[in-house]
Amino acid sequence: MRMRSLFSVSLACLLASAGGIIAATLADNLKTIRAVGPEGSGNEAAAKVWPQIAASGSVALTEILAAMDGANDIAANWLRAAVDTIVSRELKSGAKLPVAALRTFLLDTKHHPRARRLAYELIVRAEPNEAGRLLAGMLNDPSNELRRDAVQRLMNQAKELAEKDATKASASYLQSLTGARDTDQVKEIAEQLRKLGKPVDLPRHFGFLMDWQVVGPFHNLKREGFETVFPPENGVDLKATFDGKSGKVHWGPLATSDQYGMVDINKPYGKLKESTAYAFTEFNSAAARPAQIRLGCKNGWKVWFNGRFLFGRDEYHRGMQIDQYTIPVQLKSGKNTILIKLCQNEQVEEWTTEWQFQLRVCDESGTAIYAVDRPPTPAAPKTETNSQK
Amino acid sequence: MKRIFFTLSTVLALQLGAADWLQFRGPNGSGVSIERDGLPTSLTEKNIAWKIALPGRGLSCPIIVGDRVFVTGSSGPQQERLHVLCLNAADGTVRWERQFWATGRTMCHPKTSVAASSPASDGRRVYAIFSSNDIVCLDLDGNLVWLRGITRDYPNVSNSLGMAASLVTMGGVLVAQVESDSESYAIGMDAGTGVNRWRLERPKNSNWTSPVTMAGPSGPILALQSSKGIQAIEMVSGRSLWTYTDGASTIPSSCAADGVLYVPSHGMTALQPSGEGAPSQLWRSNQLSPGTGSPLVSGGRIYTINNAGVLNCGDIKDGKRLWQLRLKGPFSASPIAAGNYIYCVSEEGLLQVVDTQAPEGNIVGKLELGAGEVILGTPAISGGAVYVRSNGKLWKLTR
Repeated sequence: MRMRSLFSVSLACLLASAGGIIAATLADNLKTIRAVGPEGSGNEAAAKVWPQIAASGSVALTEILAAMDGANDIAANWLRAAVDTIVSRELKSGAKLPVAALRTFLLDTKHHPRARRLAYELIVRAEPNEAGRLLAGMLNDPSNELRRDAVQRLMNQAKELAEKDATKASASYLQSLTGARDTDQVKEIAEQLRKLGKPVDLPRHFGFLMDWQVVGPFHNLKREGFETVFPPENGVDLKATFDGKSGKVHWGPLATSDQYGMVDINKPYGKLKESTAYAFTEFNSAAARPAQIRLGCKNGWKVWFNGRFLFGRDEYHRGMQIDQYTIPVQLKSGKNTILIKLCQNEQVEEWTTEWQFQLRVCDESGTAIYAVDRPPTPAAPKTETNSQK
Repeated sequence: MKRIFFTLSTVLALQLGAADWLQFRGPNGSGVSIERDGLPTSLTEKNIAWKIALPGRGLSCPIIVGDRVFVTGSSGPQQERLHVLCLNAADGTVRWERQFWATGRTMCHPKTSVAASSPASDGRRVYAIFSSNDIVCLDLDGNLVWLRGITRDYPNVSNSLGMAASLVTMGGVLVAQVESDSESYAIGMDAGTGVNRWRLERPKNSNWTSPVTMAGPSGPILALQSSKGIQAIEMVSGRSLWTYTDGASTIPSSCAADGVLYVPSHGMTALQPSGEGAPSQLWRSNQLSPGTGSPLVSGGRIYTINNAGVLNCGDIKDGKRLWQLRLKGPFSASPIAAGNYIYCVSEEGLLQVVDTQAPEGNIVGKLELGAGEVILGTPAISGGAVYVRSNGKLWKLTR
């Protein structure tokens, strides 16, 4: 009897120990995946442990999803592939997904937005009727994809209401606008609200910066102006005068009333080619916080934030869109400065005459961050053509 | 001579599986199937063995390894969802699908998509690249082997119109040609780990052409095309061998056959490499200038489709144009060939089969693959079947 008890205890310890080993191994393996880095570093180690993670049962799904929190994008993809593999195998075998655990994971907005979206898709795959109920509370979700679907749900409702009850339709569209961040959805909502007599302040919704100081033109012969350090790059003095491309140049104001915040450099200088200009503005932040500068530009450009160079590209006339480039920044409380260099090249085709940019400050989700002294949006002249209809 | 024979044999042997179609334009990127017979020619609806819906959109070429068809796509409002699918060649059913999130920029011209570049395989693994410069390596069963996010490594390698160069793999090296106005490289990665073996700076110019493999004096060589011309390098080491500096197209790619490189340059230019010295120019013809699709060499002739939708046939000995045949275009897909037949699919979904043995070429088969279908991807041939993909569908056509 004693021997049997001893054996049972030993077995229990062994199993508990084995359980501990299994749990530790998954955690260790996830750590290995999270260590993948630039230029394929960590790939070999990750490849060794990935099959073990992918062999896990569906009970491990939320732990794997949670491992995406704070992981780099490459690691998140490694983990996603493991989730896909587990789900595919489990569903083929007739097993059920841990919907309750996935729901708990989804509703915790501290988790990685993409991991939560994946959890949502797994829930809806198991229980399709859950979609509407879950999305109803996600109009301002940190996940772009979840929020987009929640916005679309309201837009669809508004569309149905439009013919029956304009007041309710307007209310529904206005509610959807509070969550809308994707340009296509914002445009559609704004258009419908305009038809319903409720114009939308688009520059404010997006947070486009409308008031700039510009100086130029400097040269960009043979595209060499892009790498040439002109005086504004050494420090902005709005009272200074410089030797420009064809005479003395100085800073001057340039405001836009374009609904999509397009700042047209051709306006002050004419349709110049092989030229460089600078635009400068200040952003008075209510608090220190992480933010993003989002830029659209089809000319060569460089950006400095609070005097520090951020990024630049010498790509010309390959297309332009809102949020074409996203650059993370750290706002400081009070005055921040943004300097942008804009280079126009030598091409002569009509479609290469554009020399312009649009820039906004927002958070990671695309929600506009407003300067404390943001002026009211100027009214767009009725004759003015908006940059994007 | 012995050494040349050895390297040619090696190159051919590396094209695993007799009927496999392992990359953009199939065997060695030639566009020419080793299957000469048994393919459908006079087409009707009955030739459609199956068709399936694909997720999202794409114009990458399907590739075939044994009884499996691999195809890529991209979906979502910003095309940030990347798809790799493995289908059963027999019936088009999905064996597995893997999705990934784009880690680089997904902006591209509306006509193209993030799934523009074609995947490649060495017969053991599948490698997929997207316009976001994400590279995925999976085994044939969908198990992840490695990942790379090239834009994360080299942040200015991107193109606001989209990237399109396809992958090539040989001798344990996978090569990605990622070239743009702001930053450009050809990168040779270890096919097993994805780690760089070499990285070559390339001209800073947008470029959508794909690398072409050729047999070289001491192993496979790679012809890298750009607006500047051709740079030939050793595939395994990345060492530069020779250059051709008279300019070349940035859209249609070159084509290699029997040791000669046919380059879309000043129309079409035939180059004969000789070791590490400059290649000699065999001929040049402005009558054989290709449009978007790449040239094709088969049976001693070179074929190109120009921007007017005319199929030109030339003699590879001297570049002399032999005949012209008007097809119904426009075309973005490259023509491919099997035996005496060339398969051309228009952007609007009309598949046309040309008998090249007819005195002036003759269209012997036509099939509308569906109203509203946009087909920009180059078809594939394997196992007696032609595979054609549109943005949203994949067809298998058999005799």
